[in-house]
Amino acid sequence: MSTLFEKLGGEGAVDAAVDIFYRKVLADDSINHFFETTDMAAQHAKQKSFLTMAFGGPNNYTGADMRAAHAPLVAKGLNEDHFNAVAGHLQSTLEELNVPADLIGEVMAIAGSTKDDVLGR
Amino acid sequence: MPEIIYKGRVYPGEQDETVLDTLCRHDVNVPFSCRAGNCHTCMLHCLNGEVSTASQQNLKPALKALNYFLPCQCVPSSDIEVNLPDEEDVYVSARLVEKAKLSPTVWRFRLETAVPVYYHAGQFLNLKNDNWVRSYSLASLPTEDAALEIQVKRMPEGEMSHWLIDEFSPGMHIEIEGPHGHCFYTNDSPQRSILCIGTSTGLAPLIGIVRDALHQGHRGDIHLYHGVRMREELYLHEMLQAMASEHSHFHYHACVSGDEASDGIKHGRASEIALEEHPELKNWQVFLCGAPEMVQKTRMKAYLAGATMNDISADAFTTPDH
Repeated sequence: MSTLFEKLGGEGAVDAAVDIFYRKVLADDSINHFFETTDMAAQHAKQKSFLTMAFGGPNNYTGADMRAAHAPLVAKGLNEDHFNAVAGHLQSTLEELNVPADLIGEVMAIAGSTKDDVLGR
Repeated sequence: MPEIIYKGRVYPGEQDETVLDTLCRHDVNVPFSCRAGNCHTCMLHCLNGEVSTASQQNLKPALKALNYFLPCQCVPSSDIEVNLPDEEDVYVSARLVEKAKLSPTVWRFRLETAVPVYYHAGQFLNLKNDNWVRSYSLASLPTEDAALEIQVKRMPEGEMSHWLIDEFSPGMHIEIEGPHGHCFYTNDSPQRSILCIGTSTGLAPLIGIVRDALHQGHRGDIHLYHGVRMREELYLHEMLQAMASEHSHFHYHACVSGDEASDGIKHGRASEIALEEHPELKNWQVFLCGAPEMVQKTRMKAYLAGATMNDISADAFTTPDH
């Protein structure tokens, strides 16, 4: 029985998705101020870690890590609309890559499971 | 079992253990975070021995060429010696063999060392005199030029620039350290298009990178945009025009932001003109050198125009004299 990560195409799939995904996020004026950074390469690596986790791949993220990492953004007003906007970009990235709908559903469920931690609730 | 050598000490590995796990098991204090090959926090430099393909697959070509790798992704098959990035460098003495004025504000310095310095055109050196240490990019090509070439702009507040331009004379020595930096040409895809954008003496590493690419037989188009404020600040203008007429796939674009356009010179900011003329950068390699604000903004624009993050290289020390 192959894992979700394997079904999606493993690390190659993450590599294919990360540039499309991060570009959508940066181009979205409703959320891109949360991603302003002087180190785009580091930010890009973080997006890749996030996608790896959402794809069911190897990661060591805990809810506490998610909370701590997003706390400064919550302080700046990060809310459910922003979370949903990012999730929407993830979904459309996967659609653009012709990922089957059932696998998209599994990815979106993993991403959705982080909501309370990301929003510090 | 393979052994890991780190800072002169030997750490025996266990079956199927990664380099990072071996070091951590021996309580060696090295940085790491995700342990999954994503964050790159743990990146090390392999000095001797072989690292796994998997541990280099996500690194920039330039880092691979320097034998950097991710120890969390590397189960070594034989002994390897590793170090933190860049710590192996030391100062060596260099002698000034030539100093020439290239524009009202920019000087060229050519330095020679007793022992050869191994570098890629576009990397940078640290120069140290009795008072200051400053970084300067290399415009020379190790395979073509006997001397190391740097280009220095006189900065009103830049004490090192005044010292180099006013005091440092041929025959004198200075301490150099390096090279550093990952902004250089690698010939793994010679058919792709290359976009180079530089402001002021950000031109220095780009000249090195362009010459390196041409020398290594790059076949794709190479566009170099050099931006300055006033016409007289353009330097090596005739040399670059001559290079462009010699190589039909090398295109040189001189841009002045505070002066009129004239024959062969465009009016506007180099980065804006370049992105207007090349709005689609999918599969391009991009090199950015110069003022930090320009580099940051243009990196974002180039990325949004389709270049991947791994294909955008920027000079780490973005101000030529700071």
